[in-house]
Amino acid sequence: MATITLDDITKRYGDGYEAVKHFNLEVADGEFLILVGPSGCGKSTALRMVAGLEDISEGRLLIDGEVVNDRAPKDRDIAMVFQSYALYPHMTVGENMAFPLKLAKLPQEEIDKRVSETAKILDLEQHLDRKPANLSGGQRQRVAMGRAIVRSPKVFLMDEPLSNLDAKLRVQMRTEVSRIQSRLATTMIYVTHDQTEAMTLGDRVAVMRAGVLQQVDTPKNLYEHPDNLFVAGFIGSPSMNFFTAGIDGDVLKLPFVDVPLDDAQKTALSGASVRGEVVVGIRPEHFEDAALVGEQSVHGVTFEAPIEVTESMGSEVYAYFAYEGGDVSHEELRDLAVDTGAADLPDSGGRAVARLDAETTVKQGESSKLWMDASRLQLFHPEDGRSIRIES
Amino acid sequence: MTLDRRRIFGWGAAEAVIVVAALFPVLWLLSLSLKTPDTVNDGRLLPKSFSFKNYSSIFDQDIFTSALRNSIGIALISTVIAVILASMAAYAIARLEFPGKRLLLGASLAIAMFPPVSIVGPLYNMWRHLGLYDTWPGLIIPYMTFTLPLAIFVLSAFFREIPWELEQAAQMDGATPLQAFRKVILPLAAPGVFTTAILVFIYAWNDFIFALSLTSTTNAQTVPPAIQSFTGVSQFTAPTGAIAAAAIIVTIPIVVMVLLFQRRIVAGLTAGAVKG
Repeated sequence: MATITLDDITKRYGDGYEAVKHFNLEVADGEFLILVGPSGCGKSTALRMVAGLEDISEGRLLIDGEVVNDRAPKDRDIAMVFQSYALYPHMTVGENMAFPLKLAKLPQEEIDKRVSETAKILDLEQHLDRKPANLSGGQRQRVAMGRAIVRSPKVFLMDEPLSNLDAKLRVQMRTEVSRIQSRLATTMIYVTHDQTEAMTLGDRVAVMRAGVLQQVDTPKNLYEHPDNLFVAGFIGSPSMNFFTAGIDGDVLKLPFVDVPLDDAQKTALSGASVRGEVVVGIRPEHFEDAALVGEQSVHGVTFEAPIEVTESMGSEVYAYFAYEGGDVSHEELRDLAVDTGAADLPDSGGRAVARLDAETTVKQGESSKLWMDASRLQLFHPEDGRSIRIES
Repeated sequence: MTLDRRRIFGWGAAEAVIVVAALFPVLWLLSLSLKTPDTVNDGRLLPKSFSFKNYSSIFDQDIFTSALRNSIGIALISTVIAVILASMAAYAIARLEFPGKRLLLGASLAIAMFPPVSIVGPLYNMWRHLGLYDTWPGLIIPYMTFTLPLAIFVLSAFFREIPWELEQAAQMDGATPLQAFRKVILPLAAPGVFTTAILVFIYAWNDFIFALSLTSTTNAQTVPPAIQSFTGVSQFTAPTGAIAAAAIIVTIPIVVMVLLFQRRIVAGLTAGAVKG
């Protein structure tokens, strides 16, 4: 039970490289905070500074209001689950879990009691006498969690704990982590690069890019009101479509359709001092097969789109369509492309994805009528990539 | 015959040749040690008559029993100190970044490459002045000096194999750096520790040149120079049987040690196989 405050924290390495820059964050007591970002964004470094495994170059770290910058990891009362689990291979499961309690010099009965309680929570009772080598990946993961929760620390830190599991098990363990956290109500910081984990697990999500904190908010707010292009592109799968659009009076000229601006959008744009061009983002689910949209399309536009590829997921269909003109090239989006590896693909410029209802009849290679919910457009400043908020 | 079976057969034959070549002298020595003085030179592998007289005679001589005591003591102490120092140095080399790390490793290797013959003369003089001549420390110090570089090399390779996260996990679990080292790192490096221990022990146990030059009496003389000073019953009889018996006796601790530690090495290897 603890609050954690990161006050203007910077991590600078010997060669002058700054892995984390002026990081400010408050984690409330009992909160489940997710730290997410592409690899190399400094999220693990930030976590390891909280743990005490990395020195803090500048700024203060407070746990329960006390500055702990210079405290050794063992004096911070923090437990951590490592990506590799870091189980002690020469100890049995039971000994692994008892290790922190033994170091704390608890009486043996207390140790036995706590280990068996924890084993029960994690369903590890029948494995207590086995060595980590003889366990499956999921079981090892649970032992690592067990070793963390057995001593009921003030704070849990998790460094991509599920990334070594296969997809199915990961979904299962995700639920498990969530269940354990809500049961123990311990403050938890959880690092991941998987945005699904970020969206489903946390009370709040902090998005990082290149050592800088981009936005901290609830998953829903991050998804619906991203602060900038990077957050908009990072959160959501498939990710948001971005277009460069010209502004011509009251009309927004997208590459494939003209959209009449509504009052709220007009007010927002005039307040944002953008001239001529703006970056427009729209999520795949805000497209629909025009044939399936009834009269409720209040602020929508219909357009003709050449469908290049369709992917049927059963419950929905992803339709990729081409349009004239290239992709938006903004530094923040380029970072994302590099992270996902999309930067290495042959130029995919001018393609957008729409998530359509499974009932759709659009076909690969044919041109179809698509509908777009224009009230869900997100506008971004073309230079600094900041969001232009539309008050509705 | 399939290729696989042919390969197995080939390897088996090669191994058999090596084992026979290595063990035959030992067998010959054993046979010599069991022969009576008048049959020593008969050239037969199987003695005509068995006798343990050679064994009882060497244990009657003070020179051999005290040499055995010295050998065991000096080799064990050298081993313990060398392993402790080497594991600390190797840990620092594997884990820490400090200026001059490569130089340090290079220098320690260079020491190991020094031929002992070239330093034995100066050492003799120094030891006499320092009062280390013919004492246990007088032998323990050079043995450690010559085995530490190799010990550091072997151990740092083992430490490097241990994921650093294990140590960090131990720190998160509330261990001091020393506890993390003792309870997590050292047990995992056990195979390396035992390998190093065997190497150091064998070096100290087998050394002849330092022991010959830096000792003179039963105070510190170890078995190899003691055997060399065996004499026959008269000046015309060679003490072949006694030397053979003593050689067999000094081989036993090495064999026992390797057999004992070999099991630990295998056990350690399987325990270390799981990486976190």
